[in-house]
Amino acid sequence: MIYGPRLPRLGTFEAWRDAARALASNGVAPDDVDWGMEDADAGLFGAGAPLPPPRDIKVPKGFVTLAKQVCAHRDAGVHDLLYRVLLRCADTRGLLSNRADAEVQQLEAWAKNIRRDMHKMKAFVRFREVTPQGANRRQFISWFEPDHRIEELIASFFTRRFGDMDWVIVTPEVTTRFEGGDLSHEAKASSKLDLNDETEELWKTYYANIFNPARLKIKAMQSEMPKKYWKNLPEAELIPDLIAGAEARMREMQETAPTLPPIRAERILERIPERAALGELHACARCPIGAQATQAVGGVGPPNAPLMIVGEQPGDREDLEGVPFVGPAGQLFDQLATEARLDRTQAYVTNSVKHFKFTPRGKKRIHQSPHKTEVEACRVWLEQEIAQVQPAFILALGATAAQTLTGDGSALMTRRGRVERGREGLPVLITLHPSAVQRANDGGALREMLVKDLRLGAKMLNDVKAL
Amino acid sequence: MVQSFGKDVAGAKDLPATGREHYKNTMSKMSLKEKLALLSDAAKYDASCASSGTAKRNSADGSGLGSTEGSGICHAYAPDGRCISLLKILMTNFCIYDCAYCINRVSSQVPRARFSVEEVVHLTTEFYRRNYIEGLFLSSGIIKSPDDTMADMVRIARTLRHEHHFRGYIHLKTIPDASPELIEEAGLLADRLSMNIELPTDAGINAYAPEKNGDEIRRAMGRVELRKQAAKEKTHTGRRSKKFAPAGQSTQLIVGADGANDATILQSSTRLYSSYKLKRVYYSAFSPIPDSTAALPLIKPPLAREHRLYQADWLLRFYGYEADEIASAATDGMLDLEIDPKLSWALANRHMFPVDVNRAGRDMLLRVPGFGTKSVQRILAARRSGALGFGDLKRIGALVNKAKPFITTRDWSPGGLTDAANLRARFAPPPEQLSLL
Repeated sequence: MIYGPRLPRLGTFEAWRDAARALASNGVAPDDVDWGMEDADAGLFGAGAPLPPPRDIKVPKGFVTLAKQVCAHRDAGVHDLLYRVLLRCADTRGLLSNRADAEVQQLEAWAKNIRRDMHKMKAFVRFREVTPQGANRRQFISWFEPDHRIEELIASFFTRRFGDMDWVIVTPEVTTRFEGGDLSHEAKASSKLDLNDETEELWKTYYANIFNPARLKIKAMQSEMPKKYWKNLPEAELIPDLIAGAEARMREMQETAPTLPPIRAERILERIPERAALGELHACARCPIGAQATQAVGGVGPPNAPLMIVGEQPGDREDLEGVPFVGPAGQLFDQLATEARLDRTQAYVTNSVKHFKFTPRGKKRIHQSPHKTEVEACRVWLEQEIAQVQPAFILALGATAAQTLTGDGSALMTRRGRVERGREGLPVLITLHPSAVQRANDGGALREMLVKDLRLGAKMLNDVKAL
Repeated sequence: MVQSFGKDVAGAKDLPATGREHYKNTMSKMSLKEKLALLSDAAKYDASCASSGTAKRNSADGSGLGSTEGSGICHAYAPDGRCISLLKILMTNFCIYDCAYCINRVSSQVPRARFSVEEVVHLTTEFYRRNYIEGLFLSSGIIKSPDDTMADMVRIARTLRHEHHFRGYIHLKTIPDASPELIEEAGLLADRLSMNIELPTDAGINAYAPEKNGDEIRRAMGRVELRKQAAKEKTHTGRRSKKFAPAGQSTQLIVGADGANDATILQSSTRLYSSYKLKRVYYSAFSPIPDSTAALPLIKPPLAREHRLYQADWLLRFYGYEADEIASAATDGMLDLEIDPKLSWALANRHMFPVDVNRAGRDMLLRVPGFGTKSVQRILAARRSGALGFGDLKRIGALVNKAKPFITTRDWSPGGLTDAANLRARFAPPPEQLSLL
């Protein structure tokens, strides 16, 4: 051993970094360094030769975060291994992301201990109020016993969270103060504080009552809240009684015969207003699609519109909004209709099928074409709309609409742009569905066809209005 | 009758029902502690206690109280093994609905209480200052009307945020029938909104929660999702919109109250995840309640089933499984209680295995029993430094004993193990020994 850097209790990481930088930049081998924590009376570099002058060195991304955490670990070997891995980083690319490397794995395991220790400290610190009369900020104090030297790493969590109050966290080795917005650490030995706070009664009440005795899982509790923390948790003193009484409480619930409802129950239930009648459409169960969708989407538009536009079925957006033609295909349709000078506000727009049929794929819903039987089952609703609106003619977008309106959904490309006689005896102008334009690799040709057909529709609409 | 809540806090919930007289005189006489006992007891059947995944906030500048930083914190665990992260309470347990599974239904004889706005604010901020909680999860029975109830809950959230500058986590239970304006304000104040469907099918809702309406809940979830999408878009002036329920929405399904099987429940979940982008679907084993109804007999809560459903839910959300795939490995639509659903699927699809750990893609590695998402991430990163062996997998943190029959590595091949007839028995707990009477 040539060098023997000694690291202080506060600022451990910074001291390690400075020493490691000096040693590594001068090519000092790990076996020539004996790392250790400062004793109460030893100086910073109490053992070994003075460190050589440092030069800057580069470390891979992630090393500093890892080193900060590992430096807080109480294991005696942490500083040495950290230095070894620091040196290896220089000639092994991607070393830190190789968890199969035994040394990297050891550092990660230590870092994980630290993160867990920090997480438990965030969770299990309990503040007790000690605000004196007349203070302008409320004051709180806590006693906590972390496993590792994490006081400096954790302090900013508490300053971010409790910025408007003064607090002190006392651990056996370090006292952390946050007073008037200033944070300070002091390395000093302390023993357990005896503290009390009235609000703890309320907290214990909550703890006891949020517990469900029918779901006793003691192991699950202890793996997350190990017994070593219990002595500083006010609620933990309730645990033995809660466990002991659980079985009996559950049995009692099960054995108690149901009581009769209080008299007021019937009166209250009578007064609940009937749910607004949604109409039959919203309760439709003529085919299975409805059970999957959010809601049935009926048509919108002037009640006596001369033109009715019929699409296939609502899509994702339409299903959520409850309004037809508002999704991407609907927006494209609006754009093309404007190009073709077809005034959509004069049309009643609706779909052949009123519910959205889809397959769930993770966070998305994939559109599914409705079956013929589903289209047939749903036709009754479209028939009702046609009977109410009594349009002069209908624009059928795509095969499903053609199927519903004319009874034939085949050979759309040869039929498009022509007017056929529909089942209701009304003229039906057949064209493509705008989503076909979206789906096609080269939508240009289809787009032109659709615009051309919409122009014809616009002309027909003008002719109707001229009558 | 309201008994004293001295030492016997734990027993307070099973108060004998003496009917109407307590109903008349509870409100005025109850102390804060008594109300807290009653209204937290009534809230415990809601499984959610998450406080993670919301927008980052802090009060380092000294102008307020609280912070949220991505991951949630469980400040305590009850002996039921559940995390206590939030102050989970009901604003009131008065309710005009009559849901058979619920302790607070109108026909129950449970004592009733109601918090004032100030009381909830006091409990939340004082608990928070002592580092007991991450924030508030406020739910409520329906009083008078859905709008009245929602308006009161929003008032509590508004007071916390605007008067007390509370920056901790707020989860508001949303009443589906409440007006869009109230839900709008709720979403701007809260981190998470939730609506509980409780029963996986509409038929179940009609049978056991007749005043609720599945359609209405779905429409309300749809509206919240649309509003969330709108909040992600920038305004026409290019500014960011205000965050709307940044921790998303969630719901809960009760397991074992009605006849729905696991396949039906998982199908419900996928539909909810895909339609409304829910952050979570919680599964809550139907648990005995004080003063139950004859309509829904009490059972021992099916905790093992609940656990398997959560595992299956994880497979849906993080492992790329479809509900149908998971259900295909189940018997009569019920998940295997002895082994987990991932192992179950692998055993039913052995032709897909063994998987070469050094060549397989992420999708297939995720299907190996014993490999979690983290292990897979590490395997993908580590194999860039060279072919992995069995020992490497161990160091990486994979459960190699479980994975063994399903993988090949540089130095391991399972041979006939993958197709061995007794493979399931290696994992399943041994059958319970029958003893002679």
